[in-house]
Amino acid sequence: MGATFSLVLLIFFNTSFAGQNGDSTAPKKEKIFDADEVIFGHISDGHEFHFFSYHSGGKEHHVTIPLPVILYSPQKGLTSFMSSSFEHGEKTVKGYALLTGENMEEWKLDSKKYHAGQIIAVNEHGEPEPGVKVYDFSLSRNVVQMILALALLVWVMLVIAKKYKRGEGVKTAPKGIQSLLEPVITFIRDDVAKPNLGHKYEKYLPYIETVFFFILFNALIALIPGSANVAGNIAFTMLLALTAFVVILISSNKHYWKHIFWPPVPLGVKFILILVEILGVFTKPFALMIRLFANMLAGHIIIICLVSLIFIFGTLNKVAGYSASPFSVAFVVFIYFIEILVAFLQAYIFAMLTAVFVGQAFEGEHHDEEVHL
Amino acid sequence: MNLLIPAFGLLIWTLVAFLVVYFILKKFAWPAIIGGLKKREETIAESLATAETVKAEMAQIKSENEVLLAKAREERALMLKEARETKDKIINEAKEQAKVEANKIIVEAQAAIDTQKMAAITEVKNQIGKLVIEVSEKVLRRELNDKKSQEDHVRSLVDEVKLN
Repeated sequence: MGATFSLVLLIFFNTSFAGQNGDSTAPKKEKIFDADEVIFGHISDGHEFHFFSYHSGGKEHHVTIPLPVILYSPQKGLTSFMSSSFEHGEKTVKGYALLTGENMEEWKLDSKKYHAGQIIAVNEHGEPEPGVKVYDFSLSRNVVQMILALALLVWVMLVIAKKYKRGEGVKTAPKGIQSLLEPVITFIRDDVAKPNLGHKYEKYLPYIETVFFFILFNALIALIPGSANVAGNIAFTMLLALTAFVVILISSNKHYWKHIFWPPVPLGVKFILILVEILGVFTKPFALMIRLFANMLAGHIIIICLVSLIFIFGTLNKVAGYSASPFSVAFVVFIYFIEILVAFLQAYIFAMLTAVFVGQAFEGEHHDEEVHL
Repeated sequence: MNLLIPAFGLLIWTLVAFLVVYFILKKFAWPAIIGGLKKREETIAESLATAETVKAEMAQIKSENEVLLAKAREERALMLKEARETKDKIINEAKEQAKVEANKIIVEAQAAIDTQKMAAITEVKNQIGKLVIEVSEKVLRRELNDKKSQEDHVRSLVDEVKLN
């Protein structure tokens, strides 16, 4: 696994130096460290892997891996090109422009409706066309990193599965990566699926295990410096929550719905409780979504803030910057360890709560035991 | 705030990725892994149960062996005891017989001695009688002429002859 991680890193960095070195022609004053931009630039999605920028010859160079942009708009149809063609917002490509802080100011776009990094349609004069709806299906860095993480997940699991098929780990002791992941798989089976799903656990086990490892692999790979914040993206957690919601609805039986629409309480309370229960159907997946999103995002924000502190101090005073760095780095190391724990913990909590909710949906009579996490 | 607005593209890609991963793993990975683990657990449980049974059987066999051994020991002791008794009996019988035999021999010997003795005495008596007759003859032949000396002589002769 270690070898694969370094391989992924190697590919990233090799490509990055070979990649597009965009340069900014806009006249720059003394570059001031903008923590807000840095932090949000790191935690949001983007159309490229951006590693660092440097100034040389009066120009700003960005070391990045460009990624494919795939756009669809009802008026313009399907378009695709590499994100490097935008030259970091300097150019328009095939009637599309990449928004940056600067061109948003220039075009006086509403920051409530548009945000930096967004792709909008422009007319032949290079001006925004607000009427044209653009659907962005780009292989953004979140998408690419997610695919890499999942390719790794699928590969690892298939390797393990092959071993079990051959009888390794069945008649003999498990070896290598098999013995690394086996306790995790059995933990999910014995402590998440079995207690919450009862006799039906075998039916849901593939789903629960997949959810757990899906989150775990994405969260762990997102800890590699320079990588994207996949598990801390609301679209990612929303999809997982929606899947959980669908699974809950599919598994529900009439006891579940009876409990919601006709709770066993006195008549006066009943109507209030019905509202609460109906709300509960939606708050459960919503809580799943927000919990994973907030936890994953928070870790990344803390790390990037701690690193930014060095530069914030640095802009005030060089000595302050250098003397702050050991403390910042020490804290970052500490938070990194916590983040590794949080990756496991949040994957576990998500799988656990999904199992609990699914279990409640078909359990019927005795589903009042709530698990608080 | 755009952090809180899910991007439609990413949502779709995540959906595709999740479904693909889920179906690949569900078809090719989880059955093998979960099945393998289950099979192993069953094998271990079975092996433990078998070991338990074998242990019980062993214990039973051992106790049976002990019973057999105890029985064998008892039999051996009994046999030894009987052998000793037989030996003693045989020795005693032999002794008895020997004693009886010896007594018989002694009695016979004594009888023989007595017979011999009687025969010897009879012979001595006969011899003495003969001697007396011879002596008497001689005396009679010599002393018939002298009466007095004849008598003395007889007397001395008679004195000399002592029975026993």
